[in-house]
Amino acid sequence: MDAIIDLLQQNALMPRADMARLLDMELEEVESAIAKLEAEGIVLGYQAIINREKYDTDKVTAIIEVKITPERDGGFDRIASRIAKFEEVQSCYLVSGGYDLLIVIEAANLRNAAAFVAEKLSTIEAVQATATHFRLKTYKENGAFHLFESVTERLSVSP
Amino acid sequence: MSIEIADHVRDIPRSGIRDFFEIVQTMDDVISLGIGEPDFATPWHIREAAIYALERGRTGYTSNLGLPRLRRSISDYVRKKFDVRYEPLSEILVSVGVSESIDLALRALLNPGDEVLYHEPCYVSYAPSITLARGVARAIETRVEDGFRLTASALEKAIGPRTRVLMMNFPTNPTGATMTPADLEEIAAVCIRHNLVVMTDEIYSELTFDEGRHTSIASLPGMKERTVFLHGVSKAFAMTGWRIGFACAPTELIEAMMKIHQYAILCAPIMGQDATIEALERGDESVAKMRNEYQMRRNFITRALNDMGLDCPKPKGSFYVFPKISSTGLTSREFSMRLLNEEKVAVVPGTAFGPSGEGHVRCSFATGLDQIKVAMERMAAFVSRVSSTKP
Repeated sequence: MDAIIDLLQQNALMPRADMARLLDMELEEVESAIAKLEAEGIVLGYQAIINREKYDTDKVTAIIEVKITPERDGGFDRIASRIAKFEEVQSCYLVSGGYDLLIVIEAANLRNAAAFVAEKLSTIEAVQATATHFRLKTYKENGAFHLFESVTERLSVSP
Repeated sequence: MSIEIADHVRDIPRSGIRDFFEIVQTMDDVISLGIGEPDFATPWHIREAAIYALERGRTGYTSNLGLPRLRRSISDYVRKKFDVRYEPLSEILVSVGVSESIDLALRALLNPGDEVLYHEPCYVSYAPSITLARGVARAIETRVEDGFRLTASALEKAIGPRTRVLMMNFPTNPTGATMTPADLEEIAAVCIRHNLVVMTDEIYSELTFDEGRHTSIASLPGMKERTVFLHGVSKAFAMTGWRIGFACAPTELIEAMMKIHQYAILCAPIMGQDATIEALERGDESVAKMRNEYQMRRNFITRALNDMGLDCPKPKGSFYVFPKISSTGLTSREFSMRLLNEEKVAVVPGTAFGPSGEGHVRCSFATGLDQIKVAMERMAAFVSRVSSTKP
């Protein structure tokens, strides 16, 4: 199971027949193992990693630190899920340290991003403070490099 | 004037691999399964440690035997992985790859005419290195039926009055053969009985699969005192270009090897030595990751080869498979040349590793899966075409 998850994380599109050969399993075994991972909610979905330097370059990504007042019942969970439900929010984490939630948002342009912070996020009663960091350039995302290492030139045949 | 070359150098035949390499060089878009080095770059933490050492100005010579700190790391690593204890200051020599250590050990051990046995098919440098050290190279053929293991009876038969040394390489390049502890015990008994020195090149020892634990012949009772244990970071740590290998052996032999090393080489480059400290002390996880990747590719390539009708056992170590191609009616060389010309896939003819490699080719799976996949499709097309036109 671990090996299948590793392969899915490296390349979710890998043909299942290739996975079977790599893991020395039967195709049906691989297919049913993946179906089980999906059914159990271990695999939540599959996404493409887009190089934003090359596509949709106007799109804005921001990382926002959010300080919130926890509630007596439920602590951070209800407010966090309220924030996470906004379409702009791509990721939302409860973190240790100087603030409580770290959220990653995507917006069509700078104006929309600013509007989200000013009008939606900051106006939630439990939100005490926010600090917004805009992405300037991406070097690595979900384990994939946007700036590649040079390809090693190996001898074409060597002992 | 024509320059005369020393007889024993002139008489060494050209390497079969070199011939083949030169042909491949002239062609475009070849997928090569002929490469004997990892396709991974050195793990970042190792490269980063080397950069840090350079930043601190560590750019000078080192002790002839290698940095004392590195020799302590090697001693700890060898004790942990191979269960043999070597004294860091007197029983370990750091060399420019294992290749240099092989040369040093042979030159330190042999008088002209002394015989050295080695099992074949084998790495291309063994026989020439013996010849260059003025020894007499004697191959022991290993057979596919034995899984290309060296058997005690074959060894016993090959020993003559002038036999001094047995060279071993398990897991084996090119066959991927491995030895069980019981196999090694039988070999050890023969070596002790005939008073042979054993040179064991264990460069692929970290790359053993299916949770099979590698055993070194040096760890068997009565063997440490007659064994030259050779290992390095090239294969397991993806560090071929750093050129760091090491020899562990009894003090008097290390001392003799050092005499040659100090005048010929002085010391291995310090950059590589610093990187090797990081590799040996903190590289376990990186090696495990690469091993896992190789193991998956091995599964892939062996199944693909067997599916196309070539008999290919699943190797337990190294990053090579050595399928039998004689069912196609072609020789190793014909098979490799035609596969290259007709499908642009390079594999190495088995005969490059000695005459007993005839009927086989070596395919390396130290190449990305995408490439292996295309190579296997092309090779399958080739095999089916050749087999259907077989007279």
